Amino acid sequence: MNTHKTVHRLVWVWNFDKEERWLNEMAEEGWVLESVGFGTYHFAACEPGEYSIGMEMHACDHDYIDFVKDTGAEYVGRVHRWIYFRKKTIQGNFNIFSDIDSRINHLDNIGKMLFTLGMANLCIGLANSFHTTPNIGWINLLICALVMYALGHIHEKKEILKRDRLLHE
Amino acid sequence: MQENIALTETTYYILLSLYTPQHGYGIMQRTEELSDGRIRLAAGTLYGALNTLCDKKWITPLPVETGSRKKEYKLTQQGLTVLKHELKRLQQLVMNGETVLKEEL
Repeated sequence: MNTHKTVHRLVWVWNFDKEERWLNEMAEEGWVLESVGFGTYHFAACEPGEYSIGMEMHACDHDYIDFVKDTGAEYVGRVHRWIYFRKKTIQGNFNIFSDIDSRINHLDNIGKMLFTLGMANLCIGLANSFHTTPNIGWINLLICALVMYALGHIHEKKEILKRDRLLHE
Repeated sequence: MQENIALTETTYYILLSLYTPQHGYGIMQRTEELSDGRIRLAAGTLYGALNTLCDKKWITPLPVETGSRKKEYKLTQQGLTVLKHELKRLQQLVMNGETVLKEEL
């Protein structure tokens, strides 16, 4: 019986919650995330439901990773700014966030990252459109458009949480 | 300092837990214990809140002992004042609720 498997999968940034859900479904089926790369997930066999997975965007910060590890979670790995943790379910529910404020804050940080990425591509794209031949500026403009689309999704998610926040924590 | 700010549950329980010095995991356990298991602070939420509370000087990190990487925090005098204000506010909330709904309780 195989004890390891690798899955290739690309996830849009605004679907990070779906990605987390999928990783948790895998863990429930007996495949726990062992390491991650860009679009690549390595799983190891585990007892079904032995682990739960948490992921978030956070600046590279060993202080933070140690903090989360001290609460009983294991650090799985990172892809760019996305950090993946896992924790044995026997130690209780595992979530990265436990209130609306911190979820809004997380979405804010994702939004800021996307905005910077979008602006950088816009500038490079415009500069290349006017100055270079053959014209490759459209690639950056395309990326910029995609990033703006992602930003819209993140904004929408944030607005839903903000509406909730008006009534309760 | 504003006198009439309402603390979030997260902030309230972190401050309350830090009446005696605790490290991060200690705060989670203390909060869970105080709230009868109702509130389980998650690591990301707690980490962000601790940094914000340190910036506001409502709590302060204690000097890290050699050989230990776990940072401990404690409530400051300012934090205690905030907590006392909040307690008064909450007492008023409960009192008003009980007065209005006395027939229902």
